[in-house]
Parts: sequence; structure tokens; C-alpha cells
Amino acid sequence: MSTATTPTPEAGTARRSPRLGHAVGLSCRECGTSCGLGPHYACAACFGPLEVRYRLPRLSRSGIESGPPNMWRYAPLLPVPPDIAARPTTEPGYTRLVRADNLARALGMRRLWIKDDRGNPTHSFKDRVVAVALAAATELGFTVLACPSTGNLANAVAAAAARAGIRSVVLVPADLEPQKIILTGVYGGTLVTVDGSYDDVNRLASELAGEHEDWAFVNVNVRPFYAEGSKTLGFEIAEQLGWRLPDQVVVPIASGAQLVKVDKGFGELASLGLVPATPWRVFGAQASGCAPVSAAFAAGHDTVRPVRPETIAKSLAIGDPADGPYALDVVRRTGGVIADVGDREIVDSMRLLAATEGIFGETAGGVTLGVVRKLLAAGQLDPGAETVIINSGDGLKTLDAVTAAADGPPPIKPTLEAFTERYAGRTVS
Amino acid sequence: MSVLVRIPTILRSYTGGAAEVTASAGTLRDVIAALDADYPGLGGRILDDGGKLRRFINVYVGEEDVRFAQGLDTQVSEGARVSVIPAVAGGTA
Repeated sequence: MSTATTPTPEAGTARRSPRLGHAVGLSCRECGTSCGLGPHYACAACFGPLEVRYRLPRLSRSGIESGPPNMWRYAPLLPVPPDIAARPTTEPGYTRLVRADNLARALGMRRLWIKDDRGNPTHSFKDRVVAVALAAATELGFTVLACPSTGNLANAVAAAAARAGIRSVVLVPADLEPQKIILTGVYGGTLVTVDGSYDDVNRLASELAGEHEDWAFVNVNVRPFYAEGSKTLGFEIAEQLGWRLPDQVVVPIASGAQLVKVDKGFGELASLGLVPATPWRVFGAQASGCAPVSAAFAAGHDTVRPVRPETIAKSLAIGDPADGPYALDVVRRTGGVIADVGDREIVDSMRLLAATEGIFGETAGGVTLGVVRKLLAAGQLDPGAETVIINSGDGLKTLDAVTAAADGPPPIKPTLEAFTERYAGRTVS
Repeated sequence: MSVLVRIPTILRSYTGGAAEVTASAGTLRDVIAALDADYPGLGGRILDDGGKLRRFINVYVGEEDVRFAQGLDTQVSEGARVSVIPAVAGGTA
């Protein structure tokens, strides 16, 4: 099948075939139709999403361990050029895997870890996917990096484009958290605020992608490559656990791509013999104000009915999640569960994570921990099994969510007497 | 008078490269049938074998996603604008 699904970018892309490592082609996740590596994102036959296919090399643990201290240590498992680590990128990844004993004790769990993706250059996991999208887009001849975003992606695209010295165009809903708008604008590039929801912005981006053939919308027309970046979360979790897979992993769901790719990452490591092929269960977390995948899971459906989002977890507020059906497949295949929690539980869990482990995650982190607590209470998550929770972003970007909850107490005078009067006889908190 | 239909890049091979085409007003089902009459094969790319909207296609009448309206029975009035957009795109976490 050689039909192009989008025109080849005009910017000299035909000059040579793209150097995308061990990636050998794209294939439709719905009907299996294949096409070559190119700027394609929807199946020419059925519009289904495309997946990168590889001829994976033999890799050793020591080879990976001697790689750079960022996600490029896994470059052979990504659709990126072999010299990617030497190019100007934001060098995301290899964030901390934090042993969360305090939180585990609070929850009655035995062995719990937080994969803390605040540690990325723009403080969310989006730096991972954008880095892969940028590398692939450059190879495919695109000259502008663009995206529709709920905020984190906007930050990541603007920063990565600045570092690579190319133009960026970022579209966001106008009602986004001010922090995320500031954190995009500061990198330069073109920032477009749109009067509408994320789904409206996404639609506009899809239409723009059809009109500007040299613009790479990272999560639209280079999406097959972009999404692969999330596999590195799975790779790192396994390596940081000492080259083994956790029993349970709990992942936030917006589009569902991160969850699907963490599972794919675990599978690739097992198939390459880099970890023992032990079973793992994948759990998904949504906010109740935008829970189309959770609702489909509960109803036993394998497709997702779109909703109009209404939640403080704006980074997860995608009413029409592109990878929802695949997230359902993964969770059902591995024996996990998808659940959702309301705004109050989200804020409460953001505070619990901060108070027990010193990790101030964003609302999405509150969603994920909130769902962990809900599933534990329902007996659907095994408290005795080793569990990893993904915290995908930084609470500093969603301060509004906790402002009321975290208001300080009234001030005291700077005297010992005033302190004693207020705090004597009780634990300072 | 008629309605304006925006064609995504992926389907422009059916319309001779045209990004926008016109059709008569009616229900969305009528509009798609009219498109298929003018541009043979186009209807079968938007609808599946059972005559339903394909899973990975989003159709908007004006600003409204037809899945939030009456689907293929959604009324497309004179002068309205229909957008057909591949649904693969988008999403963050």
C-alpha cells in the first residue's frame, strides 16, 4: 500500500528517506494496512490511527545503562535518528522513580513507587513525546513545530522548538491556567489562545494541519511518532526497578496514548529479553468531570462516547479521546480497571502526595492517586502487589486547584511569645 | 442555495483536490448521499458498510459535533457549513 494519506511536505522531503532508526514502516491499528515511513497519520483505507513498526535490534542492559542520562538511552527503540543524543534537544526523561514508603503506609500498601515526571525540562511527561515528534518531524521535512494543547504540551513544544531553533505555533483554550500560558509564551514562538474547549482547539488544529503542509502538529500529523515517546516511561520504570516489571501500574488517561504506550514499552522490553516476562496489570485514571473512557469501561463498551469536559484536571480534559478504545483494550487484556474521581478527591490526593512524599503533582497526579485510593477501597487494586503510580506533571502549573486548600494560617507577630501562644503544646503543621 | 462541505486533505483525491464543495441542504445523510453522487466513492469513505459514520471520522455541522446532535439525521440548513475531519488527532496524556 503506497497511497500517501497526507501530501508529502514540500520542504525538500523527497531529498532522502527519513532516518528513523529501526522503524521500518507504519501500519493501521484498525485494519492492518501498511504504508512506508512518512508524514502519515491516518490510514488511507479506514482513517484508523497508524502505529510505528520496527525491526528491533538486539540490545543489552549494559548498552542501555551506558547511554546518556535521559530518554535517548532508549533511542534504538524509538523512531529517531541514531545521532539524536548529539542534536540540540531538551534531553527529557530519566526522571526519578521515588520509593513512596510514607504514602504506602498511609494507603496500607506494601511497595509503592511514584514515577515523578515533574523532573522533565518543562515539568511534564510531554517533553518525552515532543522530543520524538520533533526528531521525526525534522527528518520528514517539516519546518514548523505546532500543537493544540491543554497546556503541558504547549510548554513542551515551545521549549523544544526554541532549543532546536525552529518556529513554533501553539494553540490553547483561552481559559487555561495562567501559569501554563505564561510558561508557553516565555519561549517565544506564536501562541494562539482560542475561545473554546480543548476539543474545539483540536479540531482547528486538524484543519490547519491540512492547510499548512510544512507544519508538524505533534499530536496530529506526526502523532504515530509522537506517541512512541511515552514508551520511555515504561522503559525507565523497568530499568529503575532493576530491570523488572511492576505488578501494577496506574496511569492517567486523557487521550489514552500514554497508558497504551507504557504497556507497549513493557511488552517490548520483555520481548527483547531485557526484563523477565512477568505479568503486569495496567490501571487507568480519569477525572469524573471528563471520564468517557472510565464510563466505557464500566459499561463494558469497546468504543468511547465523547463528553463535554468539566473538571479542574484540565490536562486530562479531552472529551473525545483518540486512544480511548486502545486504552480499554490494554486495561482489559492485562486485568486492570479504569475508574474516575471528582474534583474534591483530586485536590485531596494532590495534598496527600505532597504531604507524604514531598511531591507536588499537578491535578492529573491528584487524579491518579485519587483513583488508586478508590480502587484500594473497592478491593480492585492489590495493596500487597508492587505498584507504580505515574505523576505526569507539576503542581506549580495548577496552583489554582489548591490555592484555597493551601491558604496559610493568619500571621503571628515575630516574637517568641506569639509563637508559643499559637503553637505551644501541639505539633506544628 | 446550498451547503458548504469542507473536505479533509486525505479525501481531496475524490474532489479533484477541492478543499470545499457544495451540496443541497437536508439531513446530513442527504448531504453525504449528494456528495457521493457528485464525487463517486466519497460517501463510502465517510460511512461504513452499515451506513454509519466511520469510527475515526468526526463530522461537524457549523460548530456542532453531530454526535452531540442527531448524528446522520442532523439537519443541515441552507448556508450551513459541514466539516469532515479525521478523528485520529489530538490528546495529551
